[in-house]
Amino acid sequence: MTQANYLDGNAAAGALSEFFAVDITAAVGQCNGCGRTGVFAEARLYVDAPGLVARCAGCDGVLLRVVTTTNDTYLDLRGLTYLRISNSPG
Amino acid sequence: MWQVATVADVRRETETARTIVLDVPDWPGHLAGQHLDVRLTAEDGYRASRSYSIASAWSVSSSNTIELTVEQVPGGEVSPYLVEVLKAGDPLEIRGPVGGWFVWKPEQEGPVQLIGGGSGVVPLRAMLRAHADAGTTPVRLLYSVRRPESVIYVSDLKDLAASDDVDVRLVYTREAPAGEPRVGRIDADLIEQYVFKPEDGATTYVCGPTPFVETVADLLVAAGHDPARVRTERFG
Repeated sequence: MTQANYLDGNAAAGALSEFFAVDITAAVGQCNGCGRTGVFAEARLYVDAPGLVARCAGCDGVLLRVVTTTNDTYLDLRGLTYLRISNSPG
Repeated sequence: MWQVATVADVRRETETARTIVLDVPDWPGHLAGQHLDVRLTAEDGYRASRSYSIASAWSVSSSNTIELTVEQVPGGEVSPYLVEVLKAGDPLEIRGPVGGWFVWKPEQEGPVQLIGGGSGVVPLRAMLRAHADAGTTPVRLLYSVRRPESVIYVSDLKDLAASDDVDVRLVYTREAPAGEPRVGRIDADLIEQYVFKPEDGATTYVCGPTPFVETVADLLVAAGHDPARVRTERFG
């Protein structure tokens, strides 16, 4: 993964809006691999795979995957220990 | 949720970029810097979607109209259609507005530093427009383009730069217009000269191709800027 062909977690906002009522790209997440915490928008997003793959900017571990088939969309969150969203508006 | 917008107008910006004005029923409004997804469906059912920054600021008076500016990516699945084929009156499937990180709000405190490479200027233009409507803090735009013909929003940027609060500096990487001696990428000297100082407390927004964003973000951190105040958006 040395090639800089990734986007930001920002670009997954649309796909994730199908699952969550709030914007998850501004949430803070913890990588289950290395323990790094950061805003999801700053994760590295690979869109060349079948679906979207978000990787940790620290260890390159997979944080999240979204795959759409003809009938269904899958969300795989196993690479995240947690997601934290702010309770205050704005 | 996907919904169908109608193309109200199309406007050529450069040889490879064009602005698409969309009418979206019941548009909820958006923040400067947000984007939306566009989905195309082929006759055989094959679908491709891409994310595009919104180029316009939203206000009550702009109601249900938004603008996207799309740069054609050679061999792309979506952008050639948007730039070369789509015309006024056509329907277009969209999802959004989305994204809550790479955004600027008029009530945000402190100066605003915008740094764009190529069509990375699109969400920054939305921020400049929102600032023109309601902003009171100083704003600087450092905009890197290959050559004079590559500048998107030429006349618009000229108008915006007329404000005392707004400073626009163009950087040419391949070919500069007459009277501009500097040709080359953004470097530490330019950052030193044209970007707010770390102690100014600015929020910096960097948008462009991935290598551009990486380089600029590294230069900013090397110049003493707090990484937590630098927000980035890469588009591959």
